[in-house]
Amino acid sequence: MGKAKANAGPLARRPDNSAFKQQRLPAWSPMLTAQTVLPFFYGMAIVCVLLGVWLLVTVQNTHELKVDYTHAGSCDKCFEKRKDRANANQSCNCTVVFNIENTFKGDVFFYYGLINFHQNLRQYMDSRDDGQMIGRNKNLKNPSYYCEPFIKDKNGLPIAPCGAVANSMFNDSFTLMYHSAAGSRVVPLFRKGITWYTDKNVKFRNPQVENKTLTLAQVFEGTGQPLYWQKPVYDLDPWDRNNNGFINEDLIVWMREAAFPNFKKLYGVLNRAIEPFTDGLPAGNYSVLISYNFPVEYFQGRKEVVLSTVSWFGGQNNFLPVAYLVTGCLILLLAVILTAVWWKFGKNGRNMKE
Amino acid sequence: RANDRELNLSYKYSVSTGVDYSFQTNVYMMCVCVYVDNAIKTSKYNIFTFLPLNLFEQFQRLANAYFLFLLCLQSIPEVSSLPWYTTVVPLVLVLSMTMAKDGSDDMVSSTSTNYSIKTALFLILLSSSSRETNLKVKQALTVTGKLEDSVEKLANFNGEVRCEPPNNRLDKFTGTLTLKGETYSLDNERILLRGCTLRNTQWCFGLVIFGGPDTKLMQNCGRTTFKRTSIDRLMNVLVLSIFGFLMIMCLILAIGNGIWEYQEGSKFAAFLPKGVNAPFSAFLTFWSYVIILNTVVPISLYVSVEIIRLGNSFYINWDRKMYYPKNDTPAEARTTTLNEELGQIKYIFSDKTGTLTQNVMTFNKCSINGKAYGETSFNTHWSQSVDFSWNNLADPKFCFHDNSLVEVVREGNPEVQAFFRLLSLCHTVMPEEKKEGELYYQAQSPDEGALVTAARNFGFVFRSRTPESITVVEMGELVTYELLAVLDFNNVRKRMSVIVRSPEGKLTLYCKGADTIIFERLNPSCSNLTEFAGEGLRTLALAYKDIDPEYMEDWKLRHHVANTAMDEREEKLDALYEEIEKGLLLLGSTAVEDKLQDGVPQTIEQLSKADIKIWVLTGDKQETAENIGYSCNMLREEMNEVFIVSAFALEKDMEIELLRTACMCQTVICCRVTPLQKAQVVELVKKYKQAVTLAIGDGANDVSMIKAAHIGVGISGQEGMQAVLSSDYSFAQFRYLQRLLLVHGRWSYLRMCKFLRYFFYKNFTFTFVHFWYGFFCGFSAQTVFDEWFITLFNLVYTALPVLSLSLFDQDVNDWWSFQYPQLYTPGQLNQYFSKRAFVYTVLHSGYSSLVLFFIPWAAMYDTVRDDGKEIVDYQSFALLAQTCLLIAVSIQLGLDTHYWTAMNQFFLWGSLSVYFAVIFTMYSNGMFLTLTSSFPFIGTARNSLNQPNVWLTMLLTSVLCVLPVVAYRFLRILLWPTINDKVRGRGYKVRQDKVLPPTPRRVQARRTSTRRSGYAFSHAQGYGDLVTSGKFLRRTPKSRPALFSQTDSPLAQTQPQFYRTISEREEPPLSP
Repeated sequence: MGKAKANAGPLARRPDNSAFKQQRLPAWSPMLTAQTVLPFFYGMAIVCVLLGVWLLVTVQNTHELKVDYTHAGSCDKCFEKRKDRANANQSCNCTVVFNIENTFKGDVFFYYGLINFHQNLRQYMDSRDDGQMIGRNKNLKNPSYYCEPFIKDKNGLPIAPCGAVANSMFNDSFTLMYHSAAGSRVVPLFRKGITWYTDKNVKFRNPQVENKTLTLAQVFEGTGQPLYWQKPVYDLDPWDRNNNGFINEDLIVWMREAAFPNFKKLYGVLNRAIEPFTDGLPAGNYSVLISYNFPVEYFQGRKEVVLSTVSWFGGQNNFLPVAYLVTGCLILLLAVILTAVWWKFGKNGRNMKE
Repeated sequence: RANDRELNLSYKYSVSTGVDYSFQTNVYMMCVCVYVDNAIKTSKYNIFTFLPLNLFEQFQRLANAYFLFLLCLQSIPEVSSLPWYTTVVPLVLVLSMTMAKDGSDDMVSSTSTNYSIKTALFLILLSSSSRETNLKVKQALTVTGKLEDSVEKLANFNGEVRCEPPNNRLDKFTGTLTLKGETYSLDNERILLRGCTLRNTQWCFGLVIFGGPDTKLMQNCGRTTFKRTSIDRLMNVLVLSIFGFLMIMCLILAIGNGIWEYQEGSKFAAFLPKGVNAPFSAFLTFWSYVIILNTVVPISLYVSVEIIRLGNSFYINWDRKMYYPKNDTPAEARTTTLNEELGQIKYIFSDKTGTLTQNVMTFNKCSINGKAYGETSFNTHWSQSVDFSWNNLADPKFCFHDNSLVEVVREGNPEVQAFFRLLSLCHTVMPEEKKEGELYYQAQSPDEGALVTAARNFGFVFRSRTPESITVVEMGELVTYELLAVLDFNNVRKRMSVIVRSPEGKLTLYCKGADTIIFERLNPSCSNLTEFAGEGLRTLALAYKDIDPEYMEDWKLRHHVANTAMDEREEKLDALYEEIEKGLLLLGSTAVEDKLQDGVPQTIEQLSKADIKIWVLTGDKQETAENIGYSCNMLREEMNEVFIVSAFALEKDMEIELLRTACMCQTVICCRVTPLQKAQVVELVKKYKQAVTLAIGDGANDVSMIKAAHIGVGISGQEGMQAVLSSDYSFAQFRYLQRLLLVHGRWSYLRMCKFLRYFFYKNFTFTFVHFWYGFFCGFSAQTVFDEWFITLFNLVYTALPVLSLSLFDQDVNDWWSFQYPQLYTPGQLNQYFSKRAFVYTVLHSGYSSLVLFFIPWAAMYDTVRDDGKEIVDYQSFALLAQTCLLIAVSIQLGLDTHYWTAMNQFFLWGSLSVYFAVIFTMYSNGMFLTLTSSFPFIGTARNSLNQPNVWLTMLLTSVLCVLPVVAYRFLRILLWPTINDKVRGRGYKVRQDKVLPPTPRRVQARRTSTRRSGYAFSHAQGYGDLVTSGKFLRRTPKSRPALFSQTDSPLAQTQPQFYRTISEREEPPLSP
C-alpha cells in the first residue's frame, strides 16, 4: 500500500487529485424533507386507490365458478370406490350438476382444481427427469436417479415418464354438458393450447429417432408406464395422435408443479366457434360428466371443477384490488398523520436547530 | 547478574567466528556487544506451501469451516436441499479472494519486515532512550579508548563481558568487562541503546550485547497483539447468536416437518413414498433447512467487510489533505482491518515531543530592560519577518517579526547588546563550521540552540569554543572571551552561568535560568523589577554580574578543591555556585517557544468538541508538559479540572483510583512516564473504560503504547521508523489526525454500520421468506427461489450496490464534518450498529419478508395468466418472489444511500439489469438444452414477466416494504432529529437555496496568556563538564577510513538533526 510511484521528484508520492480518490465524486444527496415526502405519500395514495378501483372493476367483470365434486352428487360412490386401491383399474363415472346464473362472456376456461395436494414438496418436485422429457434417448432408457423410486416398473423396465410427479398425474377426465331448452349438448372444449408455448415446444419433446416412420408406441418400446397410470404415455390422448407422448398437454400442464397445495390446472378452453357458445357460456344448467380416477381420500384432499373467464389482469383474484385499495387508504392516513406532525413540529424547523 | 545462557551462546558465537567482538571507540564512545541470532522469519508462505497452508488457515476460520461443513451436508442426497453449486460457487470465490489478499499481504509484510530488520541490524550499535532527553554523553572506558582506531589492536582485543539479562529499563545498565584479569564496570554511560543516533562523533567501535527482541527498545515495545475492532467482536457475537437463531428456525421447521409427516405425509406417501418415519424425516429436514437458511450468515459477509475496509484504507492513502508535501509523505493505512474503529475513538493518548510539537524551539519574543520585543507566534503569519541580510553569519532559517529589536541592537544599545552577548556566551552549545561562514550548532537542548541562534542573528555570533575560551563575532568584530567556569544547569538549580573574562580583562558572570530562581538572586538595587515583570515575559530570565578579580581567584581555588573532592562533591559545588550567583543584575527575559506543529491547537479543539478525551503522555518534566498543554489549548487558565500526573505510580491498588480521578478531568497530562508505563496507561483505560483508544506518537518510545491502543498512529518522517512500523496508520503531521478521525474514521464507521445493517436486513429478509414458505410446502425444505438466484443473490445481484453504498456513502461531506465535530459522537456511543440496531434490523426484515412472501402468495393465489394458462406454478412463483425481493432490497438500499454518486446509480441499476439479463439468459432455451438439469426454469421469465398482475404485485410489495420505512424515517427526522439529520438538513438547505454556506467559524486563536508562554524549559543537565574538561575538543578532524561499507544504511537517512528554526511554514493554513 502507498506504493511510491516510479517518477521521482519532490512530490513523487503525492496522491492523485482525482475526485474519486479524494472522495469528491459529484453526487446527489436527497433528503427526506416534507416537500418531497408528503407529496410523494399523497401521490402514492392516489395511485394506489385508483389502481385498486380500476382493478376491482376489472376483476368484478370476470366470472368464476367452482364446483367441488369430491363427493358431490353421484361422485360419492366413486369417492368411496377410490378409497380402495384394489379398485384402481375399475372405471367410475359420475355427474355433477350446477347452474350458471349469468352468462360467462368471452373466453371461458375449464380448470380442474386440487385442494391439499402438495405438488411443492421438495422430494416430490425433484422426482422428475427433464432430460427424459426433452426426449434424450439416453435418459429415456436410463432415467435420472432423482426419479427414485419411480425409475423402474415391476418388470424392471425404465419408466417413461419417470418420477413421482408424472406418476401422480391427475387422470380424471371431464365432459361438460349444457342443458338448455333445446336439449343437452356437450360444451366443446379445446383440449390443446393449454400449455405455455415454451413447454410445449422446447421443454417437452418426444424421443427423437432417426427412423421417422416409427410409431410413438415403437419409440417408447422398452419403457414401462408409470405405476399409477392406466394408459402408457404414448396413448394418453386417443383422439389426437399428435397429443401423445411427452408432449401430451395434460401431462405438460401437470408437470408444471404448483407452488401451493391448493391449485387449479387448465383442462380446456371453450371453443367459441360453435353456437350457442360464441359469446361464452350462456346462463343455464350444466353438468359435468366425470371419469373419476384420481384418489384424494388419502391426503384429505378435494377436487373441483372451475369455470372462469379472464381479464387482462388474469383470473378472478380479488386480493390485489382490495390490497391496493387498503394500501392506498393506509398511505393516505399516514400522509395525513405525517402532514399533521410536520405542521406541528417540523414546519418551522424548530427541532432542526442545534 | 549475568545471563549465563545468553552469554554462553554469544561466546560460542564469537569463538566460532574467530573474532572477538569487543570493539571500542576512538574518542569517547564505546559500545559493547555480542551478537545474538536475531534472524526473523519474514514471510509466512513460499510458492509451494502457499496453497495448502493458506487453505488450511482459511478453513480454520470458523465461517469457512462452516461452509465446508455445509458443502458436506449438501453431498448427502437425502439432506441436500440445494445443489452443490449454491455453496461451492461462493465458497470458491471467497476463498480465492481471501487467498489473493493473504498472498499480497504476505508479500507486503515480507518486504516491510525486511526493512525493519535492516534497521535492526544497523541501528543496533546505537541505541537510545526517549527522545526528550536529547543529547547524552557516552564515553568509552579508558582501557578500550586506548585502542584508538587500530583494527589490529581491535582484532587482538580479548575480553569478557558479563551483564544483566535483557530488561526494559532504559536508564540502567550493569555489567562488567574483564580484560586481562582486570574487571571494569560497565554502566549506562558506556552503553548505546538501540535507536539512538550518534552525534559529534564520526565513528565508534562497539560490541553488540543484545540484539533484536532483547534490546531495551524492543523490550519496551510491549506485546504485539492482533487487533480487532469492536465491530468485529460485535459481529462475532451476532454471528453466534444468528447461528443460534438459525438452529431455532431449523428446529421449528423440523418439528413442523415431523408433525406434517405424521399427519399428512404418511397419507401422501402413495404419491411420494419416503421410506422414513416422521422423526427421521424431521431430522433430515433439520439439516436440509440448515443448508437453505444458511444465508443468514452469508459467507460473502466476511469478504465484503474486508473489501470495504480495504477500500476505506485506500481512501486514507489517497487523501491529499493528509499528504505532507514538505517531506513527500502521504498518509498510510498500514492495517486494513481497523478502519471503522477510527470513527469510535473516545480516548487519544498522545506523545508530546515530535507529535504535538515539532521539537523545534523558536525565539520569538524577548523583553530587554523592561521593553518587550517580538510577537506571539499567532501573528507571525501576517507580519513581515525581519531582514537579517546585514549579518552575513546569520542563520537564514531564523525569522523574527519585530524590526525594532534589530534597530536597537544596531544602534548599539548597551543593554540589548549585553542581552545578546549573554545569549552568545552562556550556553553549552557546540559549534561546527564545516565551511567558512556556515555554522551549525549542536545543542544539548533545542531551546538552548534557539537562544544561541537568536544571538547569532542579532549580531552576536558564537563562532567557536575551546575549553578555555569562547570566540564570538560581536557585530562583525571577532572577540575572544576567556572561559573561566561553567556553572552547569541541573534540575535543582534551574539555571546556568558562565564566568568569562573579556579581552579588556573584565570578569563577568552571565546567568540564565528560570525566572523565579533568577529573581531570588537579583541585586536588591534592581529597581525596575516590578516594571519589568509587568511587561510580561517571565519565563527565562537573563542576568549578569561583574566579578571582582581577587574574589574570582579565591573562588576558583575553592572551586578546584571542591571539584576534586572525593566526597560530597556535588553539595560542595552547589554551595560554591550558590555563593557566586548572587546579587545579579537583570538584563531581560525571553521566551522560547517549543513550536507546536501546525494546526495542533485547532486539532485539539476540534477533537475535544467531538468529545474525544486527549491524554498527553510524555517523558518530559511537568513544567514542560504543562506549558505545552497551555499552548495547545488543552489547558486554559480558567480550567480547574486539570489532572497532571507526575512521577506516575502505576501500582495495582492505585490504578482504579487514578483512573477515576483522571476521567473526571477535562485534560490529563502524564509526565515522566516511561514507554512501558505509557502502554500501561493505555491498557488501564482499555480495561476499565471499555472505550476505544488511539495512541499517537512518533518515536521508538511510543511503540509500546501504539501497540497497546486499539489504534496506533505513527507520525512519519520525523524520527526513525519504529513508531510507524508498529503503527496502524501513519502520517506526517498531528493535525491530520482530525481528518483521519472526523472524516475518514467517521465515514468508515458509518459505512461499515450501514453495510452491516443493510446486509443483515437483506439476508434475513431473503431467508425468512424461505421460513414462511416452509408452512406451505409441508416443511420439506423446498426453496422459494430459483437455486441460481440463491447462488447469485449475494455474489452478483446485490454485491456491488451494497459495496458502492459502503465505499462511497457520506452523510455529509468533509467540510460539514469539520464544521460539526459533534457528528463524531454517535460512533463513540456505538449508535449506528449495536445489538439493539441488529434486533431492529431483524424485526424490519421479518416485516419485509412477510410482505414479500404473503403478498405474492395472496396475489397469485388461484389466479391465472391473461390467457388462462398457468401462473401460480412453482417456477413462476419463485421468479415473482425473487424479483419482488430483489426490487424491495434495492429500494431499501436506495433509501439508505445518502450520497448518490454515478457509481451508486450505475451499480444499482446495473445490478437490476444484470438480474433481468441473467434470468432471461438462464431461463432461455439454449441454457436448458445445454444443461437440462441445472436450468429447468426455461421460459418462466418470458411467460410470467409479461403479465400485468406480476408487475402489480411487485409494485405492491415494494410500496408496502418501503413506505413504512420512509414514514418512520421522516417522522424521526421531524421529531427526534439526530445531529446527522440536523447537519444534513442544513447542508441540504444550503444546496437548495444556493446560498453560501455559513462562513467557517474560525477557531479563535486564543492568545496564549503572556504569563504562560509556551517556553518549554527543557533544559537538562548539560555537558558543562565536557566543555571544560576539553575531552570533547580533542577530536581529530581526520575521519576514519570506512570499516563497514554499508553507507546506504537507514542511518544515512537519519541525518543528525541540527535543531531547526522556524522557517518551515510553507504549508497553507489549515483549510476546512
